[in-house]
This record gives sequence, structure tokens and C-alpha cells, in this order.
Amino acid sequence: MSLEVSHLTKLYGSQKALDQVSFRAVPGRILGFLGPNGAGKSTAMKIITGFIQADEGAVSVLGKDALSNPKEVSPLIGYLPENNPLYLDMYVREFLDFSAGMYGLNGRKREERIKELLLKTGLNPEQHKKIGQLSKGYRQRVGLAKALIHDPQLIILDEPTTGLDPNQLVEIRNLISEIARNKTLILSTHIMQEVEAICHDVVIINKGKILAADSLENLKSGTSEVQLELETEEGLEIEWFEKIGEVSFGNKAEKLLIISCKDATEARKGVMKIVQEKSLNLISLNQNKKNLEQIFREITR
Amino acid sequence: MKSLFLKEINAFFGSLLGYLVLALFLVAIGLIVWVFPESSVLEYGYADLEALFTYTPYVFTFLVPALAMRSIADERKTGTWELLRTSPLSLFQIIGAKYLALLFLVVLAVIPTLLYFFSIIQLGDPVGNLDQAGFFGSWIGLLMIGAVFAAVGLFASSLTSQQVLAFVLGVFLCFVLYFGFSALADLQVGDFAYWVEELSLSYHYINLSRGVVDSRDVFFMMGMIWLFLGLSILTLKNK
Repeated sequence: MSLEVSHLTKLYGSQKALDQVSFRAVPGRILGFLGPNGAGKSTAMKIITGFIQADEGAVSVLGKDALSNPKEVSPLIGYLPENNPLYLDMYVREFLDFSAGMYGLNGRKREERIKELLLKTGLNPEQHKKIGQLSKGYRQRVGLAKALIHDPQLIILDEPTTGLDPNQLVEIRNLISEIARNKTLILSTHIMQEVEAICHDVVIINKGKILAADSLENLKSGTSEVQLELETEEGLEIEWFEKIGEVSFGNKAEKLLIISCKDATEARKGVMKIVQEKSLNLISLNQNKKNLEQIFREITR
Repeated sequence: MKSLFLKEINAFFGSLLGYLVLALFLVAIGLIVWVFPESSVLEYGYADLEALFTYTPYVFTFLVPALAMRSIADERKTGTWELLRTSPLSLFQIIGAKYLALLFLVVLAVIPTLLYFFSIIQLGDPVGNLDQAGFFGSWIGLLMIGAVFAAVGLFASSLTSQQVLAFVLGVFLCFVLYFGFSALADLQVGDFAYWVEELSLSYHYINLSRGVVDSRDVFFMMGMIWLFLGLSILTLKNK
């Protein structure tokens, strides 16, 4: 177990930013830390990295207690803070050199590591530019390179993809998947698609409480409800479909029905039968796969 | 720690501000010592550098907080403070590196004034007619004043994330320490006058400038440095 967080509690005044938060992360799997803004994601990450102190609870990184000896644990963690703070006046290479020095890398090892990361993050052509001149996507790469400079076992990325355009997004996600090999990686986000795209495990947090912690597959298959969306030219009535499942009107009022049910096959058959019986003019019948977004909304409701 | 120290120095000379502050200091001191008729050594006619040692603390009161203001305030504002605090360096090492970088700059500003020493020696009649002990006592005193002000400036910078506020606070604290306590002692505060005077930086500075480097004065200055560095650490510990 490379990261184990247990019963973490943090108070801001009388408000609980974190309330008995426990979860664990294992090597080789990306853990998505998912929650709406202000849920406590950043607070949890800041506690793990030793930037702020917890009121209660314990954090163990590779078996070491992170709360009582942050100095010993710090070299084991690579951290990209929220909003990716960087020294904008520094050159890319200069910044990485500085970061390497802060983590005690010296001599040839430092040079090699910087070269390796410049290549890996695609920053090689930009290494003699000032960080302030770089686009957001490239700044994010600099932040990632800094987090990886000392070859940490545990990598913590706080909202690594906010504010990136779709191309940059894909590039950074690929980069994250690549660096996560054989390492423990946690990333926080409020974007569901991101978790679906790159994470293996999910922890859902809201208002400081953990609502779910499981693998992505389990979460998706755990709730077996399916939604059917029926659209016709004629007006529909809720009673017609009540036998099939839970029915409600969609956003087109009478002409769009949403039916939630357990068994999709049976439900589709039932719906088609009614369509024939009432001789309705069918426009579309869609089946919505349950995605994380729905699960998330259900859980955080 | 070395990396952070070098980064601080680089940041200073990477921007125009660094050169500007140093140049401003040397121009101001040069004008006061050699040109302005009221304080100029040449007008005065005696081969000593009292003008340098009287006026430099005034300039330092503004200059050193200006050097120190961004030190911590800026890191907190841009969020890079988080990078430093999550690195393996302890708070003490971070403050230490930043303080040493400031100290280096203060020394760098003061070193060119050694030229004045050689100029006055040459100008003396006969050549070499200068109270050398007095000069070096004062010079060491000047460095120590700079060192104390650097710690004060760093402390002011740790109190806020606004550079300007840090500067104003720094100037105010330096002013109180150097001039405030002496002025208070002069105000006839009765039996306390002696103790208040003891707290004043200028009192210990004048002691040093007599040419006798007394350990009590040096310890006082050192104590002040440790006090303000300690206060900075306390301030930042829970932020």
C-alpha cells in the first residue's frame, strides 16, 4: 500500500472541510479524486503533502507517517498543486534545475534527470524560454516535470487539466497515463469524463465526506438502472408506460418520456409494444448508458 | 538550501529592480557624502566619514525593506510558497536561505563604500590621517544594522501577501527600532529611560562607531536578528 489515509478531519472554524476521510491508493492504478468544487479535494491533498495540518487522522506514505515527519516523506511525493504555481520569471531549464536542487539532486544525476524529463514532457524545444512566455498547456508540462524531477513513488496532481483546450487536454492525459506506470498516482478533478478516460479507481467526495470509493468498473456496474428516452410525434401519457418502470417527462414535455428501469431488454420490448398498440409515430428511442456523471449526481444529490 | 539561496540572488539580479535599488543606494550615499554642501566631507574639512555613518541608516530604513518586501509576500501571493513548503526543506531552512540571500545583497551594497575609506586616507593631511578604528567599528556597525533590518524586512514580508504592505510595515519597524526607542528615551520616561535606550539600535550602533567592538553590542544585534527570524517562522508556521 503506497498511500493510506485514515479518518482525516480538518476544521475551518466550525465548518468541516474534511470529515473522517479514509481511502487508499495502490501502485500502477490511477486514482481519481472526484468531487464538486469546494468538496475538500485540495484540502486533502494539501494535508497529504504536508502543506497544511490535519486536526485528526493519519496519513501513511509507503509505510511512513506523513503527518509527524513531513521532511522524510516529502522526497517520496511528487506534487502538482492546484493552479500550478510557477516562477514565471525563470527559464524552463533553470526552474527544473532549481527544483532538482531543492530535492537534493546533484552533479551528473541532476543533469540526466533534467534532460530525461525535458524529453518525456516534450519541453525540449521550449527549455530556453521563460515560463511566463509559455501557453497554459506547456506550463502544465513544466509543473508535471517539476513534480517528477526527484522520481517520486507517489504522484499527486491537483486538478492537472483545468483550463486546457481539447488538444492540450488529450496530450496531458496521455502524459499522465504514461507517468503513472508502476507508480501510485492520484489526481483530483471535478470533470467526470476525465475520470472515465484515465482512472482505474474512483473516490467520490462531497462536502468533506467520502461518498464512494471503488474501482471504476464496480461503480459503473454496481447500479444497474438504465434509462430509456422515447420521443414521438404524438403526445404521450405517463400511465401507458408505468408497468415498465419509473416514468417522467423529458424537456420536450409530452413528446419526450424518460423511463428508468432495471432490465433494458424487457423494457425496450414493452415500449415497442405500446408504440404499436397506440400506433404512435416514433422519432427515436435511445438507451442511455449509465455513466459516471449520473452516478455522481445520484450520490451527491 | 543552496539552490534556494542561488534562486533568490538570481531573482534579484534577473530583474531591473535589483540593480535599481543598489544603484539608488550608492548614488544617494555618494551625493550625501561628497556633494551636498550640508553633509559633504569636502565642505566639512575634517578627514572623517561621519556623514556616511550617520546617513546610511536612514537610507537603509527604506532600502532594506524594499529589498526584502517580495521575499515571502510574493511567494505567498503567486502560490509558489506551496512548492517551497512541500519540498524537503524545513521552514527554518527556507527562511535561512532567504535571509542569507538578503544579507548577501546588503553586504554587496555596503562594500563599495570601502572606496570612501581609501579616498579619505588619500585626502587626509598628512596622508593616512584617519581614525581607522572608528571607521571599521562604524563599518561593522553598519553591516549589523543592515543585517538586523534584513531580518525585520523578512518578518514584515512574512506577515502579508501584499508587497507594498510588507514594505510599509518593514520601514515602520526599522524606523521604530532605530530612531523610535532613542526618541522615546529622550522624552524623559523616568527610570525606564535607560532600558528603553538599551533597546534602541542606534544606541548600540553609536557604541560600535567609537571604535570598540563590544561583545554586548554585537550580541544585541545578533539577538535582534534571531528574534525577527524566529518571529517570521512562528508567523508562517500555521499558514
